[in-house]
Amino acid sequence: MASLKDLRNRIASVKATRKITKAMQMVAAAKLRRAQEAAVAARPYSERMAAVLANLASSVAGRDGAPALLAGTGKDQTHLLVIATAERGLCGGFNSSIVRLARDHAERLMAQGKTVKIMTVGKKGNDALKRVYGKYIVDAVDFRGLKQLAFFNAQPVGAKIISLFNEGQFDVCTLFFAEFKSVMSQKPTALQLIPAAVAGGKAPDLGGAIYDAEPDEGEILSDLLPRNISVQVFRALLENAASEQGARMSAMDSATRNAGDMINKLSIKYNRQRQAQITKELIEIISGAEAL
Amino acid sequence: MAGLHFELVSPARLLFSGEVTSVTLPGTEGDMGIFAGHAPVLSTLRPGVVVVTKEGGSVDRIFVRGGFAEVNPQGLTLLAETAIPLAELDAGAIAQQVKDAEEDLADAVDDESKRKAQENLDHLKAIQAAL
Repeated sequence: MASLKDLRNRIASVKATRKITKAMQMVAAAKLRRAQEAAVAARPYSERMAAVLANLASSVAGRDGAPALLAGTGKDQTHLLVIATAERGLCGGFNSSIVRLARDHAERLMAQGKTVKIMTVGKKGNDALKRVYGKYIVDAVDFRGLKQLAFFNAQPVGAKIISLFNEGQFDVCTLFFAEFKSVMSQKPTALQLIPAAVAGGKAPDLGGAIYDAEPDEGEILSDLLPRNISVQVFRALLENAASEQGARMSAMDSATRNAGDMINKLSIKYNRQRQAQITKELIEIISGAEAL
Repeated sequence: MAGLHFELVSPARLLFSGEVTSVTLPGTEGDMGIFAGHAPVLSTLRPGVVVVTKEGGSVDRIFVRGGFAEVNPQGLTLLAETAIPLAELDAGAIAQQVKDAEEDLADAVDDESKRKAQENLDHLKAIQAAL
């Protein structure tokens, strides 16, 4: 049985932990607000982009010579999985749920005899995958020490994906990230980047007119598709940042509550034991006196 | 005549949204003036300055780089990767842009992308000289 001193130390250490988790929760709450604003502010751009792409894609669909980024290479032998995770842990199941989704996907592809290549964005995903899937990882990007993600941070990731694609390194590219639903719920999502999935946007009503394209549609499309990759990556990273803070906030909230419960339990135990010791000492004194 | 609904969007945020009289934008194949009721157009942009004339005649000048414009019956939407109001654009910022463009040129692999990167760089240098 633990001595009184042990219990006292234990209570002090749990109290210290509670202070830390409480502070982390409040920091996460403040960062969440900023990350959420950034994610919402980035939405119009990707929505417009999707609408215009859908429009153009429908006009070149079925024509020969559609850009490979849109039509694909005609094969689906080699898959590139881009896995975006956080730089830090202590955010509940956030990182592991993204990694799990990606791993299931990879296993399924390998069972079908496909080749899998992995590119990780964020340190935690790389850490989780490199032991088992190390030989598949072709590239690892991390944004350590970056305070606020800007578009030019996402651009090199997009550029890298495109240059790998142009070298014929893969046929299909899928991006894994956690979509921000609410503070309590973040949904791990797989998004196909190449060939571009453009069914999302709805074409605007032109009232019977058709677009004049300057230069022609094919050229606009070949300019737009690479940009679209970077935009999608940027959006995914912003969603991820908001999700990460949300996950950390709720994880730290439950950790704080758990620490509180633990302190209560330990205090009760401590009080009982102190009482027992006092009683024991009294009995010793009384029985000593009686023996005289 | 009703105003033109104009939106300027960068990947990070919505920069401008509202009714204006006209917009002049630097298309890849030449500058375009857009008024309300313009026929639907899609165009890529070269680096340059967008001139927005608001109702009442005041004028905004905004530097844009990389992106495209879409005109439809609902209005004009400009998607730009970089958009900086000209008033905030100083020699340092434009020098940075020129440096980026030079890196693009160095990265270009085939002749076509090299030509495009060179064009972009030339436009930027012209703006730098004009400032």
